[in-house]
Amino acid sequence: MNFINSVSMNVRTLVVAGILAASLAGTVANAQSKLNVVTSTEDLGSIAREVGGDKVNVTALARGFQDPHFVEPKPSFILAVNRAALYIAVGRELEIGWLPPLLTSSRNAKIQPGAPGYLDASQNVRILEIPTGQITRAMGDVHPLGNPHYWLEPGNGRLIAQAIRNKLSELAPADKAYFAQRYDDFDRRLAAAEKRWDATMAPYKGTKVVTYHRSWPNFMARFGLEVVGYVEPKPGIPPSPSHTIDLVEEMKRSSIKLIVVEPYFSLKTPQAIANQVPGAKVLVLAPSVGGVKEVTDYIQLFEYDVNLLAGALKQITGK
Amino acid sequence: MRVRRSCVAIFAAALLGPVGPASAQTDVQALQQEIEQLRKEFEAIQRQYGERLSALEAKLGVQGVPAPAAPDAVQQQPQQPTVEVPPGAAGAGGPTGSLPIYGTASAASKIFNPDIAVIGDFLGAAGRNTVNPSPALEMHESEASFQAIVDPYARADFFLAFGAEGAEVEEGFLTFPTVPGGLLVKVGKMRAAFGKVNTLHNHILPWTDRPIVTNNLVAGEEGISDAGISVARLVSNPWVFLEATGEVYRGESEGLFASSKRGDLSYVGHLRGYHDLTDNTNVDLGASYARGHNATGVVDEVDEGRFVTDLWGVDATVRWRPLQRAIYNSFLGRAEMLWSRREQPGGRQHAFGYYVSGDYKFARRWFAGARYDRSERAEDAALRDSGHSVLLTYWPSEFSQIRGQYRRIKYGEGPTANELLFQFLFSIGAHGAHPF
Repeated sequence: MNFINSVSMNVRTLVVAGILAASLAGTVANAQSKLNVVTSTEDLGSIAREVGGDKVNVTALARGFQDPHFVEPKPSFILAVNRAALYIAVGRELEIGWLPPLLTSSRNAKIQPGAPGYLDASQNVRILEIPTGQITRAMGDVHPLGNPHYWLEPGNGRLIAQAIRNKLSELAPADKAYFAQRYDDFDRRLAAAEKRWDATMAPYKGTKVVTYHRSWPNFMARFGLEVVGYVEPKPGIPPSPSHTIDLVEEMKRSSIKLIVVEPYFSLKTPQAIANQVPGAKVLVLAPSVGGVKEVTDYIQLFEYDVNLLAGALKQITGK
Repeated sequence: MRVRRSCVAIFAAALLGPVGPASAQTDVQALQQEIEQLRKEFEAIQRQYGERLSALEAKLGVQGVPAPAAPDAVQQQPQQPTVEVPPGAAGAGGPTGSLPIYGTASAASKIFNPDIAVIGDFLGAAGRNTVNPSPALEMHESEASFQAIVDPYARADFFLAFGAEGAEVEEGFLTFPTVPGGLLVKVGKMRAAFGKVNTLHNHILPWTDRPIVTNNLVAGEEGISDAGISVARLVSNPWVFLEATGEVYRGESEGLFASSKRGDLSYVGHLRGYHDLTDNTNVDLGASYARGHNATGVVDEVDEGRFVTDLWGVDATVRWRPLQRAIYNSFLGRAEMLWSRREQPGGRQHAFGYYVSGDYKFARRWFAGARYDRSERAEDAALRDSGHSVLLTYWPSEFSQIRGQYRRIKYGEGPTANELLFQFLFSIGAHGAHPF
């Protein structure tokens, strides 16, 4: 019984300490009067920072160099989501394996799906590869609501920024003009950068490439490149020898010299494929902000990828 | 109707023809007004039908591909199907506006169906075990899950288990994620928050079986699983994630707790601490307590003995998962220690047991693991079983798994069992993500 009493005392002390800490945390938060925004990925986090400026505290859960399909719903994330006034999800079932238990465990009514503090960033953007016929798991890990890697298109970044501007204005109406001005500034910079990227990529329109996973349809479509094969035989299924042989033959037949890989996949198979195709190269592009050290924001993401891609294509095509 | 009446009026006016200059001018004006009126009505109807058609398309999940990057195109038309919160449902703190529809939206009739999945657990055994033999081949369990958001305030999870002994509700509970006071409340039949293994369904265990200590002290595969209420709260502090959980159950967990009176409830308490040591490594510690009446004093359905079982447990988990290469490499090390104090005819038994295990992912589809077990028996602590296992697991995909386990157990009675166990696990449908 003494043991139980002692445990009970300790628990009580902990609870009191917790309440004090919570009160203190609340005071600090009020003093700063910033909206806590939590995003699934660093891309959404970067756009939220662009629009929210110093009126928001942004926390991104998945790192840019990790596979966003396989994030662990760690308890430390529960703490971050618990304090959020706004949660911004990628949607299209990208986070289906980890976000639902996080939201349920967060004890935060404000950011539950359907609540004002929950924003699905995919609601009004251009989504590609929406299945039209019947789909089964025999096709691999297909996304029934379309390809969720839609942020890799600057136009979609602009639409995401608009949605965030509207949502932040709804949650903090007093700062509506501030968010509008921040959005306009982002829009201007993005538009100027797009002209630059278009000019850089113009000579390579129509070039055929291979990618590891189906992460790049928006990016490649935006810059006029054609994806004609994947290192994965089916989405989420690791490379198989027979598929690899077929892919090598296809690359030789169609003179495809570039394999684009995300940083979280092993380079072993892509490199082996490239070694069998004369003149072929493997290029690791950043699929997200933070995918490589140099990519610190959304505009930088395209700056990095476009320059790297154009450099590689220049070597390959001689243009 | 009104349009039809107006048409008839115009037609009649045309048939009557000119009557006189003054009346003709009046008629022309009337006609013009009528035509103008008709035009307005037609436009209104056209607009109305357009809106209704758009709403219907949105409801059915018709998803067009909008033109790329039209400026300020937000709010044009929702692509993911949504439903409005029912009138009167939006209370204080509750969600408002549109709720997402989960699952595929290919047909309107399926919109409100829960996510449904079935997981098959096929087991095989070879070798010798004279104390606790399992069949050579068995469809050990087929678990059907039904999961959905109930309303703006709760979600429901049902797990029905079909096995050789029949069908049962393994779990079926409501979760209220938006209760004031930062509480997470669950109501229904559920696996109790006692330690780690007790909370896990068979298909997410890193072994084909459960540790010996679970079988000896915590009622085996069923574990502490009962109808009850669970309340969990985050304990705010600047250092670690800390969660305290209190649970009250009916008091019936077969093989562990038995309730012969309404007041013979069982209780479970759990404290969990978690900390990220680095981005790649974290540590998860827990302490648990459970108490309830046991069946040893029950005679003719009357609890004459009023005997009680107390359980204490501590658990520790270390995870390593390099973020950039998480799909290829990871490690999970786990240990649980349990103490049982069981009152029974002939005196009190104090039993202790533990297991230590490790599971290493060494390639995208491959895991290797090991486990060491040692546990006394709850009803006779003088009998002590010990064992060890090594495992190899292969994942053809995220949705199926093949596992082999070599297990050697030295039973307290003396015999030693050497067995090769194997398992096929396969999942169809949409099975919700498990808590971490």
